[in-house]
Amino acid sequence: MPNTKRRRLVATSVAVALGATALAACGSSNDDSKAEPGPVTLTYWTWTPGMDKVVDLWNKGPGKKDQITVTVKKQASGDSLVTKILTAHKAKKAPDLVQAEYQALPTLVSNDALADIAKDVGDAKSKFADGVWQQTTLGTDAVYAVPQDIGPMMFYYRADLFKKYGLKVPTTWDEFAQVARDLKKKAPDKDLTTFSANDSGLFAGLAQQAGAKWWTTSGDEWKVGIDDAATQKVAKFWGGLVKEGAIDNQPMYTPAWNKALDTGKQIAWVSAVWAPGTLTTAAPDTKGKWAMAPLPQWSAGQNVTGSWGGSSTAVTTDSAHKAAAAKFAAWLNTDGTALEALAKDSGIYPAATNAQTSGAFATPPAYFANQPDFYTKAAEIAKTTAPSAWGPNVNVAYTTFNDAFGAAAKNKSDFVAALNTMQDATVADLKKQGFEVSQ
Amino acid sequence: MSSLAVQKIPSAAGTTGAAQDRPPLRRRIALVPTVTLLIGAIYTLLPVAWVVIASTKSGRELFSTFTFLPGTGFADNIRQLSAYRDGVYWKWMGNSALYAGLGALMSTCVSAFSGYALAAYRFRGRETIFNVLLAGVLMPPIILAIPQYLLLAKADLTDSYLSVLLPQILSPYGVYLARIYATAAVPADVVEAGRMDGAGEWRIFTRVALPMMVPGLVTVFLFQFVAVWNNFLLPYIMLSDDEKFPITLGLYTLLEQGSNQPALYTLVITGAFLAVIPLIALFLVIQRFWSLDLLSGAVKS
Repeated sequence: MPNTKRRRLVATSVAVALGATALAACGSSNDDSKAEPGPVTLTYWTWTPGMDKVVDLWNKGPGKKDQITVTVKKQASGDSLVTKILTAHKAKKAPDLVQAEYQALPTLVSNDALADIAKDVGDAKSKFADGVWQQTTLGTDAVYAVPQDIGPMMFYYRADLFKKYGLKVPTTWDEFAQVARDLKKKAPDKDLTTFSANDSGLFAGLAQQAGAKWWTTSGDEWKVGIDDAATQKVAKFWGGLVKEGAIDNQPMYTPAWNKALDTGKQIAWVSAVWAPGTLTTAAPDTKGKWAMAPLPQWSAGQNVTGSWGGSSTAVTTDSAHKAAAAKFAAWLNTDGTALEALAKDSGIYPAATNAQTSGAFATPPAYFANQPDFYTKAAEIAKTTAPSAWGPNVNVAYTTFNDAFGAAAKNKSDFVAALNTMQDATVADLKKQGFEVSQ
Repeated sequence: MSSLAVQKIPSAAGTTGAAQDRPPLRRRIALVPTVTLLIGAIYTLLPVAWVVIASTKSGRELFSTFTFLPGTGFADNIRQLSAYRDGVYWKWMGNSALYAGLGALMSTCVSAFSGYALAAYRFRGRETIFNVLLAGVLMPPIILAIPQYLLLAKADLTDSYLSVLLPQILSPYGVYLARIYATAAVPADVVEAGRMDGAGEWRIFTRVALPMMVPGLVTVFLFQFVAVWNNFLLPYIMLSDDEKFPITLGLYTLLEQGSNQPALYTLVITGAFLAVIPLIALFLVIQRFWSLDLLSGAVKS
């Protein structure tokens, strides 16, 4: 999440190297594998901290019974990991299990790297909200992954400063804009928040909340809707606020941004359920002064949110023990003990609905000790997550977003033009990759 | 380095004008070159200073106090870094030392053999081989990482120590440098004299040529050591087991922990600071070999 630039640099260099060798040997071998009885060892690429402890529970418990041992190989998260998985897949050496962000699944599936595990995950579907589960099926009958964590979006604000300036917590985006203007009037040196162009996930989530569908399929054709009406509405809204100077236009996750949050120069942040972790390091001095509320809505009475972040556990086509791997993936993300450990040791917000109100989430995060019902509220918000629609070149759209919106935010220029750039680049890349694209 | 340059540059530039009338003032410091070099020095040293100072700050101080104000958390940072996942950081440090040390040593050996052979012997195809190597110098190693991965995958060597060591052994630039150096530093007359005295080719190489090539080989070793120590992409593609990671990869995993985890900035900064210390130490220790040019007067020209 923080510092997309660095991540992008790595991803780009990996991609450049990969592209340069697109003609390299691509041996075809077909070893169809059935899960045979006997001890099985699986490798699992994940970036989640503390995952080795959770996996230990499996190796000593259900895994021991089934003779399935899982070995964790800790990786760095991000787009570069997708490239690494695809490279390994080229050599037929991808690990049995991989952690993948939702928006990376179409890329992995279109490269034939993920196995369909529909028949091996049992009744896992019932444990998740429909909008979450749909991301792992890509709208087909297949199941390509089991959801692990999600990032429903929320509105975070400095409760003490809102009170001081007599501001009301906005429930609609119109109110949000008004609050930003009111604050400017009362305290010209402060900003409600900033529009940051360095994390595309935020903008994608906001568009998702507005009802945007960036990638859809009809038949064999992809349709790219990045410049659809819903996204245009979001782009115009934020572009307008930046242009009139009602909010700041500096990027997030910089030392300056940390300072702005810590000193109360910025008094709100549109973020997701994982924000307490970020705030703990970014604004340590304001602990206990923040509060969380649902995201403002496009029309009063609505109740929808977007998602920013989240990942799943997938089984690769290279695995020789797909059924065993799928069994582990289902256990990891639906079993009570596993989810409890994931929450405690890894600090993730579980995708499984019943885990969101389990014991681990009975008390609020330490940073939000003043809001005892933090996780009860979060679970309610999570239920309202709008469905998302990812395509096979999310990375290209995201990179273009960073460049086009980065420039637009800096120059306070037209956001809709930046959106068109993003649409055109994404369509052009899909075509270049050989996908059919409908206009 | 800077003192050497300060003396040399005026003598090269000062051949015109006033310098002709009077003998040049030995101690005068030319203003423009000095200022330029000082700016260059500040430009390169400032980031290092930042890392050194930032590594003394606790997480709380890192973004809130003045940039160049030393913090109070240095010992604490090191303790936390050492405690992170049972001291995996020191394991990475050891791995980096192994990859860079052994890799550079092997690479230097190969460069010495082939550089000497290309310089001392005339054989059919010598220039072709050398030109192919030259082309290899132009090829950025980043392009080769993935083909090398696919090759090593065929040999079932990926995710092993060898997978990082093997591709680094042949360094076209090292061979090129060794050949150029051997041509200049090992006179054909000396080799011939060795043969007259009845020494075998191996003996001539190890006893006569090799000592003359030492300063060049030290350079090859240093270049290769730094290149391997800083290498990111090759180990990134090759390794999946983080117990085998070098320090570059390890620090990267500390930064990219996923969206729900704060990046461990203080650990990464402290880790980066500790990781440059061996490089600095290596340069200081090995520097003295560069002036080792004892045998250059062995033959009268």
